[in-house]
Amino acid sequence: MTAVADAFRRMSEVRAGAEGLNIVLSSDERAALNEERESASRAAGAPARPTLAGVPVAVKDNIATLSLATSCGSRILEGYVSPYEATAIAKLRAAGAIVVAKTNCDEFAMGSSTEHSAYGPAKNPVDPRLVPGGSSGGSAAVVAAGITRMALGSETGGSVRQPAAFCGVVGVKPTYGRVSRFGLVAFASSLDQIGTFGATVDDAALALETIAGVDLLDATTADEPVPHYGDSRTERLDGVVIGKPREYFPDSLDPRVRALCDRSLDHLRALGAQVRDISMPHTDLAIPVYYIIAPAEASSNLARFDGVRYGLRIEGDGLRGMYEATRSKGFGAEVVRRILLGTYVLSAGYYDAYYKQAQGVRALIAKDFRDAYASGITAMFTPTTPTPAFAIGAKSADPYEMYLSDIFTVTANLAGVPAMSVPIGRVDNLPIGGQILAKHFDEPAMFRVAYALERALGAEARS
Amino acid sequence: MAVTRDDVEHIARLARLALSDAELPQLTEQLNGILGHMDVLQRVDTRAVLPAAGVGDAGMRLRADDGPPTPLARGRASFAPETRDGFFIVPRLATHENASADDAGGADE
Repeated sequence: MTAVADAFRRMSEVRAGAEGLNIVLSSDERAALNEERESASRAAGAPARPTLAGVPVAVKDNIATLSLATSCGSRILEGYVSPYEATAIAKLRAAGAIVVAKTNCDEFAMGSSTEHSAYGPAKNPVDPRLVPGGSSGGSAAVVAAGITRMALGSETGGSVRQPAAFCGVVGVKPTYGRVSRFGLVAFASSLDQIGTFGATVDDAALALETIAGVDLLDATTADEPVPHYGDSRTERLDGVVIGKPREYFPDSLDPRVRALCDRSLDHLRALGAQVRDISMPHTDLAIPVYYIIAPAEASSNLARFDGVRYGLRIEGDGLRGMYEATRSKGFGAEVVRRILLGTYVLSAGYYDAYYKQAQGVRALIAKDFRDAYASGITAMFTPTTPTPAFAIGAKSADPYEMYLSDIFTVTANLAGVPAMSVPIGRVDNLPIGGQILAKHFDEPAMFRVAYALERALGAEARS
Repeated sequence: MAVTRDDVEHIARLARLALSDAELPQLTEQLNGILGHMDVLQRVDTRAVLPAAGVGDAGMRLRADDGPPTPLARGRASFAPETRDGFFIVPRLATHENASADDAGGADE
């Protein structure tokens, strides 16, 4: 059985569709098998076997693909098939990979649980009563369920790392500018970045290496060489200095999560790393800053969904009536809330007090990172989330309560640094993630720590 | 800085969203709840820093405004709500006889 056929067998075995886990929104087995055959014949004629020849990958539904729909988990783009594909997808396909599924997500990536999808909540394969995290919950769950070993998600405030932690897989948010955003439906352009999921560190690293690099179609991509991340695989961490920022280990942190972090830090020390207590004084301001800047940018980006060029149109009274009817019927409650919030903080009289002030504090958060790395830190280690996955519906009543699940992840997006989550153990038999952060474009250092930790933890990562 | 129901109606108009009377009280309450958590930012002294609109210091690279081309795999008619002769069709705008700022949809900023 081929890898693609096996992915589809597994998809039906775990009931990945709407009738089951609801983690896959669309897939086309016949087209995928055809593409696999074509990829195999191309590989046969090529001088070197493409790196991902015949490897099935799953892709979050806000990344444009040519054959499968790109709905962004929204009614406003129901059934929309993009006339172009994302650069990341073109690169994956050029490397021989086959897109086997588009995965469920919070509508326009706005959420932390994949409950805010117009197509119903996704369920965590570890325990279907729980959320898989979000907003890239479907992609994390597809890897956790063993359907694919690699998947793409997108990050604006933790939307790859948090679901990776909740589902017990590896999730990477690269440096801002590392991966082209062309074809990623924009949410908050100064924060958005495509990220990768892997069953192992190696899978996530290889996927990132494949999609990274400068792109003429995204002027914010950096013209930095893309290293071979597999070269970071190591057994020793001599000379590596790991910062342990005290603000990520508050007194209120669940002692069992703290104990798992301590166990990981002990492993890192045993491998030769030095662990140093550091302070990132503006950390507690990250959530308020993020929930001003991200909705502000979203309110502008989502103005394009107006019933004119693509997607849903609902007729109303004149042009304005059509705009309002389309957008009010097409967007779900969380998206409406964030558009209103973003419009408010950008509106006359509030711009300086909210948006401009948030940008100032964002600069201070970025400075925390610069200062920490200038002091000789190679990487940092923190919990990815304060808790394991929560029950579906548990945080639906108060939007801000949901926002707090990103408390340890949003800082990396605000500062633009790379960060990843690796499984470090379980609490109440539910996966807990440890977060590794590094400086801009130092993914090699981040992967070095991740490879070493994964190897040192071994089976402990699942216990 | 409490958000009033009138504020919410105003920003909904700016954002081209039609909210029902039933939604307004809850959204007003939720926005106040969320913005209440943002007040902590007012106490931070940011005079010494330049506001960060993004993460890079280099700014965006520029390129000649002549491509690269991104040919579409399928035509507009396959994804647009309504097209004619390759153009997107929109509902009729106001005529001179019944012109109102509202129909043009852009005069209240």
